[in-house]
Amino acid sequence: MDLIIEGIKKAFWLLVSFDPEVLGITFLSLKVSGTATLISLIIGISVGASVALTRFPGRRFAVSLINTGMALPPVVVGLFVTIFLWRNGPLGVLGILYTPLAMIIAQAVIATPIVMGITLAAVQQLPAKLRLQILALGATRLQMVWILIKEAKLSLLAAVMAGFGGVISEVGASIMVGGNIKGYSRVLTTATVMETGRGNFDVAIALSIILLLLAYLINLVLTQVQQRERAR
Amino acid sequence: MSRKSAIFEVRDLQVIRGGSLILNIPSLVVSDGEILVLIGPNGAGKSTLLTALSALLKPTRGEILFGGRKIGTEIPLLQYRRRLAMVLQEPLLFDTTVQNNVASGLKIRGTKRDEAEPIVSKTLERFGIAHLRDRSARTLSGGEARRASIARAFATNPEVLLLDEPFSALDPIMRETLLEDLEKVLRETKITTIFVTHDRVEALRLATRLGVMNTGNILQTGSADEVMNHPVNEFVASLVGVENLLHGRVIKKNETSFIASVSGQDIEATGPLKSGDPVVLCVRPENVTLSDIVSGGPAGRRNTFPANVERITPMGPYQKVQLNCGFPLVTYVTSHALSALSIKQGTEVLASFEVTAVHAISKASGTSPP
Amino acid sequence: MKRLCYALFISLGILVLMAGGSSVVQAQDKTLILATTTSTQDTGLLDVLIPIFEKQTGYFVKTIAVGSGQAMTMGQKGEADVLLVHSPAAEKKFMEDGFGVSRRLVMHNDFIIVGPSDDPAKIKGLKSAGEAFKKIAAAQALFISRGDNSGTHAKEKDIWKVAGVKYEGEKWYQQTGLGMGQTLNVAAEKKAYTLADRGTYLAVAKTMKLDILVEGDAVLLNIYHVMEVNPQKWPKANIAAAKAFADFMVSKETQEIIKTYGIDKYGSPLFFPDAGKKVEDLGK
Repeated sequence: MDLIIEGIKKAFWLLVSFDPEVLGITFLSLKVSGTATLISLIIGISVGASVALTRFPGRRFAVSLINTGMALPPVVVGLFVTIFLWRNGPLGVLGILYTPLAMIIAQAVIATPIVMGITLAAVQQLPAKLRLQILALGATRLQMVWILIKEAKLSLLAAVMAGFGGVISEVGASIMVGGNIKGYSRVLTTATVMETGRGNFDVAIALSIILLLLAYLINLVLTQVQQRERAR
Repeated sequence: MSRKSAIFEVRDLQVIRGGSLILNIPSLVVSDGEILVLIGPNGAGKSTLLTALSALLKPTRGEILFGGRKIGTEIPLLQYRRRLAMVLQEPLLFDTTVQNNVASGLKIRGTKRDEAEPIVSKTLERFGIAHLRDRSARTLSGGEARRASIARAFATNPEVLLLDEPFSALDPIMRETLLEDLEKVLRETKITTIFVTHDRVEALRLATRLGVMNTGNILQTGSADEVMNHPVNEFVASLVGVENLLHGRVIKKNETSFIASVSGQDIEATGPLKSGDPVVLCVRPENVTLSDIVSGGPAGRRNTFPANVERITPMGPYQKVQLNCGFPLVTYVTSHALSALSIKQGTEVLASFEVTAVHAISKASGTSPP
Repeated sequence: MKRLCYALFISLGILVLMAGGSSVVQAQDKTLILATTTSTQDTGLLDVLIPIFEKQTGYFVKTIAVGSGQAMTMGQKGEADVLLVHSPAAEKKFMEDGFGVSRRLVMHNDFIIVGPSDDPAKIKGLKSAGEAFKKIAAAQALFISRGDNSGTHAKEKDIWKVAGVKYEGEKWYQQTGLGMGQTLNVAAEKKAYTLADRGTYLAVAKTMKLDILVEGDAVLLNIYHVMEVNPQKWPKANIAAAKAFADFMVSKETQEIIKTYGIDKYGSPLFFPDAGKKVEDLGK
């Protein structure tokens, strides 16, 4: 119990004193996970909406693939991304293993199916005739997709939260592809694992609290946006 | 046919879905400024026709000409679709304010906000929903939502308005109000309109021309009067409310009329039929009058028959009276009239209808001559 | 509302640009991948040495801390440029198989056998590690192993061999698969014995109730070598940087730093610098 209290005290101190290393780690966490979420939104929403709206051979298979992707274990993603980015791997020439970029890639791979799956379900749920009505108003196919996405915005905000939540808390893949390098590819989750491994439980708890705070604040903002849409 | 220019011309339009022919229109012409109302039972193909006309469905065969030019080839589809507006059965409004909804058609066409503003305001006023402009579309009642949906279509200033049973799910009072308002707007703006419904009352209110559809075919088009009183076959007759379809045979031909024998009774009617022709005589219930058997029927009316009241069924404001004159006959009378004539089940009365109120369909060819 | 969305979007966009702007990817030839062990990193020595090296040479060092086994494998596969490990038997094989082009002694620390204060197996003060292990087995006292093919694990297996007792699969022998710090924690929680490197023990001992019970045996020496990966096998390896690092580790200044590292924090140094010496002379 006093360990937790120690942790809270340490967290408070680290934050209030603007400890540069902790700030750096926090900022990097935001940067990496934020970028990964953004990428996953762009790919996830566009592909998810397209699959929801188009009939094509093998569609059912594609849908089950997407839904399975939502449960993709992050460490599996980490392993495969590592294998690809190894010096002697297929993408080794890029030389991006053990960089924040590699972490962004791995996290994007984790988050994209989540966003895709939720978007797919959300768009499919829209009234069937809505598509027709939008086209009847003279919309191009692209305009129609955009309007449908706007109509599903409540669910899509949930997708954003799910995608971001999934990657800000991710540690397995981040360690594997990032290397947890001090001041370079160390983020809140990987630092917590390391500090726990070293036995520095107070620091580990402090970092955990910061991570929770971060996740809470971001989700607070997103939830506000979502519920504000609802209330109107 | 009116001499006005044809806006739509449909040629050999066929839509095959899942192996069956669900729409088959060899020819249809819609003139500029007319309000064509299509009625028919569910599954008659009315919505399919509308969807095909708005180019939201690719027909299996045939072509549609708009203003003389083929759509798809001579007119690009997107351009074409932007000259029409279609309103569906469900309002299907967007999750935003009423104002934004009504403006959405304009927004799609790239109209700038300040240009669109006055148009939107005017349209909101026209449909009586200006006070709802900032409300979320989700909070509207059924009637308000439908006004918004139609307003949205109108705001784009279409050349043709297509409406697919827009009032079907509303209560009668709301329906009546909306119908009235729509009618007013249509008459003011003179927009060519195609309106689909399965409600006869709506059809009669709005139509300048009526079209009866069944199983993908258009059975008859014409003015409301033509179709209602001179249905081309039995199916159309029953659809337009001719409840008295009397089967018989022509036994005598006069100069101006003929006599047909129906269940042993002689009925006089007009029409180019020959003696011996099998015939179906159509009598609209509203043309049947009841009178006291004692005081006699209206003077000089030839088709007068003693009848026994078999059943009286309340039908809203009227009472449906089923009679037996040797042949079955149906009429609608107000409750007041019933009590004035002391008519109850089993009462003997006189039922009569004018010779000119009888429409004859020749059974020889199955259709009546035009 | 729309404005809020735009604002969020733009701030996110700025974040992305900054992610791109900062050193996301370093130039290949200026990067050195150093594979080392978690226990080495946990002592904090590298946190002191690496920045000095980077400043001196301008190289950017990516320190990947994993188990000894994985570090060696990274060297074998050419995924690392230089290794700093402490698993002599495996290292020798590494060099024999031609994966490494140079192997130099850097420093040593030692292992200690730690356990609960009440010492149920009565091993405190024993001079022989093998003896101690024998007694632990006899008493069936709980023993926690790292079980992760690390240098520590390899050393532990050697001592079991010396002791000549059965330990695999026994109820009292448990493997964590975790790093040294965590394994010490598990041992402390379960009041068990374990083998640890002195460095990690000193670094984390403050929070745990584990006593040093056996130390000083020659077999308990933990010897660190630095190995450069063979460019013949892996031309993509950054041999220049690897050599620079190896040179740095055995340089006089670095060896001085190693000598004094830990004194102010723990009262005694964590490592003993050995560059240039012969292995047989160590510990004497």
